[in-house]
Amino acid sequence: MSTTLFGKIRQRGHARSKAPAPLSRRRNRAALLFLLPGALLFSAYVIYPIISSIVLSFYQWDGMTPRVFVGLDNYRELLQSDTFYTALKNNLIWLLLFLAAPPAGLALALYLNQSMRGMRLVKSLFFAPFVLPGVVVGLVFGWFYDPTYGLLKLIVGHGIPVLGDPRYVTYGIIVAALWPQIPFCMILYLTGLTAINSEIIEAGRMEGARGFQLLWHVILPQLRPATFMAVVLTVIGALRSFDLISVMSGGGPFDSSTVLAYFMYDQAIKYYREGYSAAIAVVLFLIMLIFITWQLRRLFRNES
Amino acid sequence: MYPLPISRWHPTSRLLYRLSLPCALLLWLMPLIAVLLTSIRSSDELSAGNYWGWPRHFNLIENYRTALTQTPMLHYFWNTCLITVPSVAVSIFLASMAGHALANYRFRGNLLVLAIFVAGNFVPIQILMIPVRDLTLRLGLYNTVWGLVLFHIAFQTGFCTLFLRNFIRELPYELIEAARIEGASEWAIYARVVLPLVRPALAALGILVFTFVWNDYFWALCLTQGDDAAPITVGVAALRGQWTTSWNLVSAGSVLAALPSVAMFFAMQKHFVAGLTFGATKG
Repeated sequence: MSTTLFGKIRQRGHARSKAPAPLSRRRNRAALLFLLPGALLFSAYVIYPIISSIVLSFYQWDGMTPRVFVGLDNYRELLQSDTFYTALKNNLIWLLLFLAAPPAGLALALYLNQSMRGMRLVKSLFFAPFVLPGVVVGLVFGWFYDPTYGLLKLIVGHGIPVLGDPRYVTYGIIVAALWPQIPFCMILYLTGLTAINSEIIEAGRMEGARGFQLLWHVILPQLRPATFMAVVLTVIGALRSFDLISVMSGGGPFDSSTVLAYFMYDQAIKYYREGYSAAIAVVLFLIMLIFITWQLRRLFRNES
Repeated sequence: MYPLPISRWHPTSRLLYRLSLPCALLLWLMPLIAVLLTSIRSSDELSAGNYWGWPRHFNLIENYRTALTQTPMLHYFWNTCLITVPSVAVSIFLASMAGHALANYRFRGNLLVLAIFVAGNFVPIQILMIPVRDLTLRLGLYNTVWGLVLFHIAFQTGFCTLFLRNFIRELPYELIEAARIEGASEWAIYARVVLPLVRPALAALGILVFTFVWNDYFWALCLTQGDDAAPITVGVAALRGQWTTSWNLVSAGSVLAALPSVAMFFAMQKHFVAGLTFGATKG
């Protein structure tokens, strides 16, 4: 198939150098029409807003009166704001602790990768937290941590105001966020594990590899695509974290659990500081850009 | 298979493994079980301090009736349906066309368009917030279900296009060539050749996008205000604010909010997992 496709490209390249053949023009038009509705909507709601936010970050705007150009002032103010550094630090904590999800998911997948009756149901039940709305997860863990009635108090014996204490609040929310993220990684690994050629594993066993050795030298290299997906999506999930923070702590107490995503929302919705808020979003975007570039490089490598 | 199948284990370890499963499951699902139990607990029991024990009275019907009739829960629920169903249907339709265009037609900028779709998917959604809010306001769709629908369609189309493009590319190109030789129009190739072949992918995406949109909270907060167009995720959060001590009612609301996504997942597990793990097995 690849040779015929290649032949096609060459032919088409040839045709373009003279006059485009009517047939290929008709096809190009068809492709354009197929692409247009989706691309237009996507441009209006995703591409244009990205550019618009970047531009807005150089302005001061309350959402109603005309905007005023202020140059880099928003960024300058940001660099002097304590909350910004708190948010940045919390983002980093989120990122690091959230990366526990892929190994934990792998462990869970290895634990559950057995075929016996009812196993599918067990796997599905383990996976269930992933399909819950973030709001519900937040509520549930909020009750769990409740210092007067919560289950945590029952287990530990005394109430710990996890969500009311600046020292614990971020960690408390991350634990709640890991609950759906771990089974997500688990399912990626389970699929990866079933796709491994069993002959490779048996060959490894023949050579005398056992347990952890087999996992490290034979299984993990085979699971690389799953690991890649798990890490990328976990990183994105960590940087996007909003729902749980909004429901569980509202960024508090005293902004101690805020992250860039929440800080930005807060400034725009509560204080109508749209330009400043856009500047925060741009910073978040720049951080994410590292991962986007990584992802795109992979795409181009696969295609060429 | 790795780890070693339990059929090849020592019988004692096998028994221990089997016993460990329900315990692990119980521990893992504890938060979920707690919500389910709380949602059928009576208010008296809660005020007596029985928050986590086994409920003595079952108040299933009363709690859910109160949650549905004394609060706008049903209204929120309906809003979410109005938002989710068109978002899923339209975004998948648009993405199947765009995916087909990117997979089966070679035009200049093909890969660039794909790259833009990919990049758009990984962008932090916060960077879209202010302009999207502004756009929705200017279109007069702020605080309406349609404002949310339009955004979700656009955003999910990006994700679905990427997914479907990769799926359609795996189809044998000869099929399309054969259809062309027989004189099929470009639309017929899409509708009669490509679309029937990608049905499993459409199902997988449909269920995935359904849960994404159903569970959305951020955009609902940004594009609605008050109760008019608020979906159930916002409703549950609001309920918690107003009924701080009525854990049973808020739990009942949470269960209602979570039920459709969970039900969809269990009903269409295979498709769901296939969609989620697409690309997890190949480099």
